[in-house]
Amino acid sequence: MNRTQKQSRFAIACLKAVAGFVVVILAFLIGYIFITGLPNISWHFLTSPAKAFNAGGGIGIQLFNSFYLLVLAMLISLPIALGAAIYLNVYAKDNWFTSMIKTSIEILSSLPSVVVGLFGFLLFVVQFNYGFSIISGALTLTIFNLPLLTRNIEDSLSNVPDDQRQGGLGLGLSKYETIIHIVVPASLPGIISGIILCSGRVFGEAAALIYTAGQSAPALNFADWNPFNIDSPLSPLRPAETLAVHIWKINSEGIMPDLTQVSSGSAAVLVLAILIFNLSARFIGRKVFERMTSVK
Amino acid sequence: MQNTTELNNKPKRFIYDFNPEETDITMQTKDLEIYYGKTLAMHNADLKFQKNTITALIGPSGSGKSTFLRALNRMNDGVATVKGEILYQGVNINQPKIDVYEVRRRIGMVFQRPNPFAKSIYDNVTFALQRRGIHDKKTLDRVVETTLKQAAVWDQVKDSLNKSALSLSGGQAQRVCIARALAVRPDVLLLDEPASALDPVSTQQLEATLRELKKDYTIIIVTHNMQQAARLSDYTVFFNMGEAIEYNKTRKVFTRPKVQMTDDYVSGNFG
Repeated sequence: MNRTQKQSRFAIACLKAVAGFVVVILAFLIGYIFITGLPNISWHFLTSPAKAFNAGGGIGIQLFNSFYLLVLAMLISLPIALGAAIYLNVYAKDNWFTSMIKTSIEILSSLPSVVVGLFGFLLFVVQFNYGFSIISGALTLTIFNLPLLTRNIEDSLSNVPDDQRQGGLGLGLSKYETIIHIVVPASLPGIISGIILCSGRVFGEAAALIYTAGQSAPALNFADWNPFNIDSPLSPLRPAETLAVHIWKINSEGIMPDLTQVSSGSAAVLVLAILIFNLSARFIGRKVFERMTSVK
Repeated sequence: MQNTTELNNKPKRFIYDFNPEETDITMQTKDLEIYYGKTLAMHNADLKFQKNTITALIGPSGSGKSTFLRALNRMNDGVATVKGEILYQGVNINQPKIDVYEVRRRIGMVFQRPNPFAKSIYDNVTFALQRRGIHDKKTLDRVVETTLKQAAVWDQVKDSLNKSALSLSGGQAQRVCIARALAVRPDVLLLDEPASALDPVSTQQLEATLRELKKDYTIIIVTHNMQQAARLSDYTVFFNMGEAIEYNKTRKVFTRPKVQMTDDYVSGNFG
């Protein structure tokens, strides 16, 4: 074996070790969370409301809040992100204005979420007087989510080969028709994967919500689906502690006797949900692509 | 090798001129100059294209032939600056007030790489019509059948019209793209090296298709493949260094070229 071969083998071994290390950390974390958490999960735990002083509380309301906030935040941020991404991808010329937009998106995406949360507190909770509420939380999550989602969608759009656009223009279609009816459908698998991955991030977000969606989960009347009633699950003006916030909250000031069990159970549910988001992103993206191309 | 005296007797350029009394000219370019930024990429190409013929544009890479082709249906808009006149049925289409979408509908284009949309074969062909508000199922069905037959791919795909066009082979996909271009009923068909991504068998089928299509359309095709130009076209333009050097009947270009540079190129002594 000569020197070059030895060097190359050594380098490959080092890289493998580093990559393996990352996997080991992840496996350890997930393993620990699941081993301590999964035994605490039951149907009762997943569906009943939390208890502040007694044992036997669940995370039903927090779980519902997490999903509801996620859906609302996505409903608000998706159209904005899609519009911004289409503008950047199709219409934006290579000038100072475009690079300013791109820089702003970069900066926005690197802001610490607690800062975004405090900004949301000042703007939505205090200034707009929405109080600690779902709507404050959803708007703050939008700010938090927008840069990443925009970039995800823009990446998917620019992955569509240029000859698709040329094909549309060559048929006498306008730029707008081409992007809406050809490029966006062709990039749909990527866009869907991007949305699901962003959902995972939003779902696990706590810091941005502590001061906006609030830290309490008042009892909900699941028989009342009128969004204008304050104890309806759909009411956007009620405070809504999410699962991630709940974990933070009970660990910092919880006094129930089964604190450890509730905390580790909640953590396991949260991690499980995010894992499902991440795995389904690939799966659903691939399925959509297969459906569109009819190629297995 | 040619001797020097003969070299000196040959012209620097030769552009065939049609007798306007006898021929029906579909497209014509006058004083065309195409710039990328400030760089002049193409000039000196006053050409006429006769109805129901195939004209091949040949020349080395970077000779300006594709740039020229793309100017003809204004696909260069926003990419390059095109000065001069492009006459289509006597009307200069290279002016801002002309509806560029209508131009591209009349002057269709097929690209180098087959680029079917991520839609069914049926929707690929009918998409542009649907965007124009034609939704009548019978009309669309008829268009799909006629154009796919014209593009000689109907027999292969007629049972799978609802399958995604992305599942087709390169040759089939390219012919579906031709059908798609034909669906908007153009006059002129511009093809930018349509066979360069296809295998020899598909290429042969494509050429047969084009020969059939020239009965109804005026075809202008850019090709790197000189045999293809010789086999397929009625007229050939040789481009070099951003100029049209020689334009003549294909037979003449390949057997008795008038310009020395053309001779060198078609005989492989180029450079």
